[in-house]
Amino acid sequence: MKDAHTVAVEFKRVTKSFGTKCILNDVSFLIEQGQALCLLGRSGTGKSVTLKLIMALMHPDSGEVWVDRDNVVGMRERSLSLVRKKLGYLFQDAALFDSLTLYENLALPLSRLTNKSKGEIDDVTHRVLTDVGLGADGAKYPSALSGGMKKRAGLARALVLEPKILLADEPSSGLDRITASEIDELLMRRKADHGTALIIVTHDVHGTRRIADRVAVLDKGHLVAFGSVEEVSQSDNDVARRLITE
Amino acid sequence: MRWLTRLVEFVGKVGLFTLRVLVDSVKRPFELAQLSRQLAEVGNKSLALIVVSGFALGAVMTLHTRSTLVTFGATAMIPAVQAVSFFVEIGPLVAGLLLAGRVGSGIGAVLANMRASEQIDAIESLSIDSFKFLVVPRVLACVIALPFLTLFMDFAGLLGGFLSEGLSSHIAPALYLNRAFDYLQWSNFIAPTLKTTVFGLIIGSVSSYFGYTTDKGAQGVGEAATNSVVVSSLLIIVADVLLIKCIFFLFPDTAI
Repeated sequence: MKDAHTVAVEFKRVTKSFGTKCILNDVSFLIEQGQALCLLGRSGTGKSVTLKLIMALMHPDSGEVWVDRDNVVGMRERSLSLVRKKLGYLFQDAALFDSLTLYENLALPLSRLTNKSKGEIDDVTHRVLTDVGLGADGAKYPSALSGGMKKRAGLARALVLEPKILLADEPSSGLDRITASEIDELLMRRKADHGTALIIVTHDVHGTRRIADRVAVLDKGHLVAFGSVEEVSQSDNDVARRLITE
Repeated sequence: MRWLTRLVEFVGKVGLFTLRVLVDSVKRPFELAQLSRQLAEVGNKSLALIVVSGFALGAVMTLHTRSTLVTFGATAMIPAVQAVSFFVEIGPLVAGLLLAGRVGSGIGAVLANMRASEQIDAIESLSIDSFKFLVVPRVLACVIALPFLTLFMDFAGLLGGFLSEGLSSHIAPALYLNRAFDYLQWSNFIAPTLKTTVFGLIIGSVSSYFGYTTDKGAQGVGEAATNSVVVSSLLIIVADVLLIKCIFFLFPDTAI
């Protein structure tokens, strides 16, 4: 049993179904603060659902989802709001708000969830955009950005509240190798500099080998492998072994 | 019977959705910045469509009315017919239907696209109530903007009618206005204009419902836009019948 202070996210016997299809079946795992977990699995095996359960955008049929020191299952909206402040979420297609500029996309959570002044919001927004290489693009709308820029902007928005845990849904999908590598660098820097726990859904084996402290493999609703990259690559499970080596 | 069950289910869901809008609209935080943005989107950007349509409709109506009234030697009644028909029925109804087309489809498509592209999830992940942030301001903007747009349509229709009549009979503007408002009472003007708040509520709620609740990805965007226009337009026409009965009940003088 881990000390509760070091736990970033813990799943305890989580089950989630859509209609008759069981997406997650009795899944349990734990990730500590400052660690990076890469979630692998074939399409439709519940990887994105896992992230949404952590963010409490969905609720499990049974089981517990612990974030930091709170079980988010069945939590009231007001308490959930406090938990969500500890989390950042990079969505698969960035999910930037179309009608807002990049600056406004980042300023929105700061103005709503903090007591920062306009000047402080400007400073933080500019610093975070600069960190992801978009310092000069704050006035642009998402429609004017390339795929890689959108991903970096989405990452900037996910980081703007200084989350303890960052969830990233396929951060390198649809990107060329160099841009994908840049995103990986940003994630690793975040973990190294701030001790942020990373939970990353990915199909990118190259990136997984660079980033992951732990790898979890989901298949047909079950967690079929969990451990370090080396441990998973020597797993008895054929799907897990193939996903991490091929 | 299955279609009846689905219809009742749909009416119930839209009704609860609208009730939630009304309850949330009086709860803090008030999304005033969003409301202002949506008022610009719904009001300002619809103004040209409303004014041009009203003007053209007014001109066409006068042409048709004149050809009929000439037969009875009652062309002096043209301004009054124009004013009464526009202020009492045509202005509110056509403004409502035009807004259902322009704004309803827009609200449905935008919210469905936000759902499909996970923008609504992103808002929730930032601890912002997406319903209050996205839906309530849009519905309120429709409710507030439509009566004003209706007034623009009414006066644009009157102007179109005046220009059309002026070209035929060279009537003076003052005389035209005098005749136009001679038969119009305040109750003819206020109640029909205010009933458009109900049309606004229908457009905002129905369109937001289709957009916000879709779960069909990109395919849902087109469906939400189409359904928003069709159902809003239909409900506006049905509501109009009921509201006219209410207006006649509350203002018996307006019932001729």
